[in-house]
Amino acid sequence: MPKVKVDGVEIEVPNGATVLQACELAGKEIPRFCYHERLSIAGNCRMCLVEVKPGPPKPQASCALPAAENQEIRTDSEMVKKAREGVMEFLLINHPLDCPICDQGGECDLQDQAMAYGRGGSRYIENKRAVTEKYMGPLIKTVMTRCIHCTRCVRFSEEIAGVDEIGALYRGENMQITTYLEHAAKHEMSANVIDLCPVGALTSRPYAFEARPWELKKTLGIDVSDACGANIRIDSRGREVLRVLPRINDDVNEEWISDKARYQVDGLTRRRLDRPWIRREGKLQPASWSEAFAAIASLNPGNSIAALAGDMLDCETMFAAKSLLGALGSSLVEGRQTGMDYATDSLAAVNFNSTFSGIETADAILIVGSQVRWEAPLVNVRLRKAVKRGAKVFLIGPEWDTTFGGRFLGEDLSVLGDLPNEVYETIRDAKRPAIIVGGAGLGRGGLEAALALGDSIGIVRELEDGTKWNGFNVLHMAASRMGGLMLGFAQKGGIADIAAAKPKVLLSLGADEVDYTRFADSMIVYVGHHGDKGAHAADVILPSAAYTEKSGTYVNTEGRVQLADKAVFAPGDAREDWSILRALADAFGVTVGFDSFDELRAAMIAAVPALGIEGLADYGHDLPAGGGSASGPIAYPVKDFYMTNAIARASAVMQRCSAELLHGEEIAEAAE
Amino acid sequence: MAERYLEPDTPELRERWGNFAWEPHWAEKARAAIARYPEGRQRSAVMALLDFAQRQVGEATQTQGWLPIPVIEFVAAELDMPVLRVLEVATFYTMYNLAPVGRFHVQVCGTTPCMLRGSDDIMAACKKRGMSKGHTTDDGLWTLTEVECMGNCASAPMVQINDDNYEDLTPERLDAVLDALAKGETPKAGTQDPDRHTVEPVGGPTTLKEMVTENHDYRGEW
Repeated sequence: MPKVKVDGVEIEVPNGATVLQACELAGKEIPRFCYHERLSIAGNCRMCLVEVKPGPPKPQASCALPAAENQEIRTDSEMVKKAREGVMEFLLINHPLDCPICDQGGECDLQDQAMAYGRGGSRYIENKRAVTEKYMGPLIKTVMTRCIHCTRCVRFSEEIAGVDEIGALYRGENMQITTYLEHAAKHEMSANVIDLCPVGALTSRPYAFEARPWELKKTLGIDVSDACGANIRIDSRGREVLRVLPRINDDVNEEWISDKARYQVDGLTRRRLDRPWIRREGKLQPASWSEAFAAIASLNPGNSIAALAGDMLDCETMFAAKSLLGALGSSLVEGRQTGMDYATDSLAAVNFNSTFSGIETADAILIVGSQVRWEAPLVNVRLRKAVKRGAKVFLIGPEWDTTFGGRFLGEDLSVLGDLPNEVYETIRDAKRPAIIVGGAGLGRGGLEAALALGDSIGIVRELEDGTKWNGFNVLHMAASRMGGLMLGFAQKGGIADIAAAKPKVLLSLGADEVDYTRFADSMIVYVGHHGDKGAHAADVILPSAAYTEKSGTYVNTEGRVQLADKAVFAPGDAREDWSILRALADAFGVTVGFDSFDELRAAMIAAVPALGIEGLADYGHDLPAGGGSASGPIAYPVKDFYMTNAIARASAVMQRCSAELLHGEEIAEAAE
Repeated sequence: MAERYLEPDTPELRERWGNFAWEPHWAEKARAAIARYPEGRQRSAVMALLDFAQRQVGEATQTQGWLPIPVIEFVAAELDMPVLRVLEVATFYTMYNLAPVGRFHVQVCGTTPCMLRGSDDIMAACKKRGMSKGHTTDDGLWTLTEVECMGNCASAPMVQINDDNYEDLTPERLDAVLDALAKGETPKAGTQDPDRHTVEPVGGPTTLKEMVTENHDYRGEW
């Protein structure tokens, strides 16, 4: 632990800290462009210059200089001030003065730091360099003349994404950042380079010229496009969500989000259900709320009512539905839309127990039936980090491009019970073994077989440092899954039990992946926000709020309880889900025990106390022993990364990504 | 420095170079270059392989050679490397030609010592022969590039033509070299000054004269 002096104040810094980190620990702001906490150190922007003694009598790049015992660091000397001014002047030599038409304006590192550390004016009278635009796909807009060659995007694509998509061609002043032959960046986290870019060289194409950052209302939300529960900031203006940005949460998403989480939001204004509809003579026709409620209540279902939860629901909605059904005397609730029927007696057995940050430290990982890149891109990033630390990864399932290597063992679930000896030994002898069971590996006895394997290698164990390690992980794909399971949205036989009960009324809460032909005899009441598959099958449509339009509690696949706020109002006549269910209770003439959202949340927390505590829910470490054998070919459920939910399917941006990036359609660039 | 650009990736280019593969003698050299590096570090051979590929293209086209996109992709595949990483190397070093060049690539040094010793005249002499910077002459013989210091300042001005340096040039001496090359001869590389062997002082030493024949202790004279 070296002791250093920063501007005369002595502090102790951790071993291996850089001078820049030491200055930050001392509370000094060090301007920087190329340095980023989550990327390797490049040291090429030179903006972080400080004066360090002992050392050469010139300013030094603090980001690449290790802090050493008895260093005297000055960040406030005349030399440092002049050095920063000089570097800034050089950076601005080739940077255009187009801030008024630049989308980065107002949230630009270069703009801010030029104000804070630059000279007042320019002495440069020569011509500036100009660089041609590079095509980087439907999400990333480039204005390469603005590039200051920090190479953050290059390091992101190589180190975090692991795809070597972006590189720097030529040298010196002529250096140009580009993708190979200007092919579109195809990685599902590619748009994070937009946040990383400290200038306006890489900006968001769908959000181009939409708004200035200071016009936007910023709401803290939780992403629902997958089960990772990425922490997001929803930027809205008026009634429209304009963009979604990641929030920093080291336990969940670090500071990345997937392209789907970021860009599906334009789907929130398309194909929306903004008024109730009733099917009359085989056709859906507009109706009023009272007509819709009357139509449902006239059926007088009694306890012959069931509820299906969709993938993007918050816990409050599910609890309200459960309360409504409970008041009617029914307990037919289910969330696993595609017909899965794994046992849910032990939530620990269907949870991502090692946690996302924990999986980074695993040293042997067996992935069963999960195409992690598409099902949970944020977990794929963690797996890559684990492999960089030396973890061995084995996968069961059809081959996919992993970005972290790994060995595919076979395409059939039966491989799980018949692992090659050396693989079994590697996992058994590992210090922190982990098993990840994905959606395609859960069914057909896969979960039980994986549990049995985990049991035989002692996947729950005491580590040398006394902490508990539980490496048994289930990777869900639905944001509502863990919350639904905590609320009991599971029947023993899955959705088949609901179908067998032949309910008179089937409440479909945004459930778009259900095979509704199994419910031909039921009146299907679709409470949802998009005119997608569920609405097509519905007899009555009650328009509700999407995830940005309601407050809610979400539980991610790790069992992490997180709260989201409401950013905007739902369009038209649409209402928040809980209030629709509360009104349905009136229509049925029953009481559900809440009249406001706060009362609903209090009732939910009273019923399931774990939902009231933000953070990891405790499911215990005891896993069922499992057993039995699994077999059957594995087929990954996600066929198209950009089209996995109703919002994304309605989004023009996601449609274009799907067409261009996955199906290789040529899309002509509109002249700009 | 001359503007560098990538030759566009066209169907014609793919057709011409798409099935590029090592000639036996280059394959052997490539194997040797890769073998120089420890297991897992084979990518370190990328610069050598790009050079060999450029030379093989040169043999095929009777020029100094260049690196078409399909050939760069071939090298990337040889080393199991992302193509972009190979392209970064190829575009960084000016010794890799990214566009077709002529039979002789005339690289005139224009950095300060050469400029002071008359590189402007050398450049003018080249232009008089029909060359222009960054272009290949119509007969496909000459490509002219202005380059930065090649480290021959003691015998400035100089040009590098393909693999050889020609130093101590005057416009006349340059013409003689270029004429010889055009005729298919191999002019003597190195200094073109008849009074000079390598870069020794012209007309005998001007300093440390007493040291020429025997050891001399200068210390008492300081």
